[in-house]
Amino acid sequence: MLKNMTKKQKKMLLRISIALVAYGIALAAPLPKLVQTILFLCIYIYISYDILKKAVTNIGHGQVFDENFLMAVASLGALALGEYSESCAVVLFYQIGEWFQSYAVNRSRQSIADLMDICPDYACIEVNGTIEQVDPEEVSVGDIIVIQPGEKIPLDGIVTKGTTILDTSALTGESIPRQVTVGDEVISGCINQSGVVYAQVTKEFEDSTVSKILEMVENASDRKSKSEDFITKFARFYTPIVVFSALALAVIPSLVTGNWGQWIYRALTFLVISCPCALVISVPLSFFGGIGAASRRGILVKGSNYLEALSQVTRIVFDKTGTLTKGNFKVTQIHVEKGTQDELLELVAKIESFSNHPISKSIKEMYGKSIDTSDVDNVQEIAGHGICATVGAVTYYVGNTKLMTRIGRKVDETACGLGTVIYVCSDNEYLGYIEIADEIKENAKQAIHNLKASGIQKTIMLTGDSRHVAEAVAKKLDMDEVHAQLLPTDKVDCVETLLKKGSEKEKLAFVGDGINDAPVLTRSDVGIAMGALGSDAAIEAADIVLMDDDPASIATAIRISHKTLKIVHQNIVFSIAVKVLVLILGALGLTGMWAAVFADVGVAFLAILNAMRCMNVNGL
Amino acid sequence: MKKTYKIEVDCANCAAKIEDAIGKMETVNKARVNFMTQKMTLDVDGDIDQIVKEVEKVGKKVDSDFEVYA
Repeated sequence: MLKNMTKKQKKMLLRISIALVAYGIALAAPLPKLVQTILFLCIYIYISYDILKKAVTNIGHGQVFDENFLMAVASLGALALGEYSESCAVVLFYQIGEWFQSYAVNRSRQSIADLMDICPDYACIEVNGTIEQVDPEEVSVGDIIVIQPGEKIPLDGIVTKGTTILDTSALTGESIPRQVTVGDEVISGCINQSGVVYAQVTKEFEDSTVSKILEMVENASDRKSKSEDFITKFARFYTPIVVFSALALAVIPSLVTGNWGQWIYRALTFLVISCPCALVISVPLSFFGGIGAASRRGILVKGSNYLEALSQVTRIVFDKTGTLTKGNFKVTQIHVEKGTQDELLELVAKIESFSNHPISKSIKEMYGKSIDTSDVDNVQEIAGHGICATVGAVTYYVGNTKLMTRIGRKVDETACGLGTVIYVCSDNEYLGYIEIADEIKENAKQAIHNLKASGIQKTIMLTGDSRHVAEAVAKKLDMDEVHAQLLPTDKVDCVETLLKKGSEKEKLAFVGDGINDAPVLTRSDVGIAMGALGSDAAIEAADIVLMDDDPASIATAIRISHKTLKIVHQNIVFSIAVKVLVLILGALGLTGMWAAVFADVGVAFLAILNAMRCMNVNGL
Repeated sequence: MKKTYKIEVDCANCAAKIEDAIGKMETVNKARVNFMTQKMTLDVDGDIDQIVKEVEKVGKKVDSDFEVYA
């Protein structure tokens, strides 16, 4: 425990201990009254000199509502009233409270830093046959880095030599190791487990995944939630109100009753609890813990405000491809009207080789041979429709039914199964179609169930795919609503309409894979990007980033947000209630200063401990 | 220009008050004082090294324990 403390904290702890022991002696030992008083005075000076000093400097700067100043007034006032023992106790408890606060915050800061211990210390580059260790920041794009087993991958890159197994758990929270070989992408922050690999750097350190993630987590607590804003505002009014009430309490009843000593004592009790610090710290500490807990599960939350919004989400909109399905298209059927299957496949592969849509990739994969594109010209990609291009002298159209309708060609829609169908036609004839099917992720159904169990009322699916594919997938997953055949811009409109339907309190989240859906991610209340490891656009546009592509993480994130917000609300209600109660009791003279400060520090203590529970993710 | 500094600030309420005070300075467009991470982000026009010294002074007026590690 000691080694986790800063020097300042250790010193303070020693000071508090000495003062506590001395205080105990002064109370318990049979000392003559005068000696006891002197001892109390010594303890008072010993434990409160820094408060008094700060009070003087801060009041010099016009900080009337400074907690040190108020504490000094309260304790000196008590001394003046002859309450020596009480005055010491007040300052002593106050110092204990402050110390604990700083210790707790420091601890949670450290444990979050440990959790985010993904930052590489060095990078190894090969220079003239020898391996040199350099600062990752000095490595530039195109350099070849060498990663030994057990080392962290310092920068994002592509493997040029070697095969190994990577432990991505620090980034994704996922324990299954990932195998990489020549041509595969490696992401900074992963740990190389088995073999030596050489990789060509693709991004500078400051743009690498590790830097992006660290920056995001660090800045997360800058985006304040509504609860934090409420607390900050509350704090701004709380202190002045308590101070003025104290003044009123000291003067008005005294003028009426003439009993100055009694009412001044009660007023000083007010000052003792005028600091709102416990409240002000316990709320951001909870969010900090919640965000830290989430990042341990591979869920990066960009700000406290998003964690708060997530807890109010009642409707979740999913993009289908890559989110609920694997985005791993396979050609399942080739139907030809004319010619052979191979001819059709070759033609489509040629044309599709100009697109980087997942569908094109799978067609190229199916074709498997090298593609000669020398006779392809005038390639035009029509978003959400398909591609048209000229091969030789003929113009071909390759795309979905919408493209076919657009060029005025009728196709047979009923013949196909549940995949996406790519129709092929030339200027004057229909050539056939290729069916490509995507697989539903294994745990997608469970994920949707879990979401329902954690209070999500409605799950909605958006897709550019045809209606019958969309409906089949939605039915399998038990989703409530489907919107199919949407262009990227339609998705934005669709989300806008859904947003208008809900009330302010019912937030809407959108889950996408970050490809083509940045506008929707931005537009929704909470934008969640999935499988975003290494995708800059997604990390940029989303509010919450899921490092792995497991849809079950969404439910985990929601549970973390619920837990965090519950703790935040508990803390706010509990702290304010106790403060108000103590104020009332103090005004009625039912509690002394000693008890007031004890209650105040106790509340802070409990609120902070409660807030630290947010960091625990076990069972979520 | 935007820059982040490591700072020392003792309590959450002080951090909020310091953020307020710094934000009101004419040379500072935007300031964030984060108690949890003990970091301060300044967005300023002009010579940031000069401005951060003034910022520290203003911060110290609110709470004398405020410290900026430039």
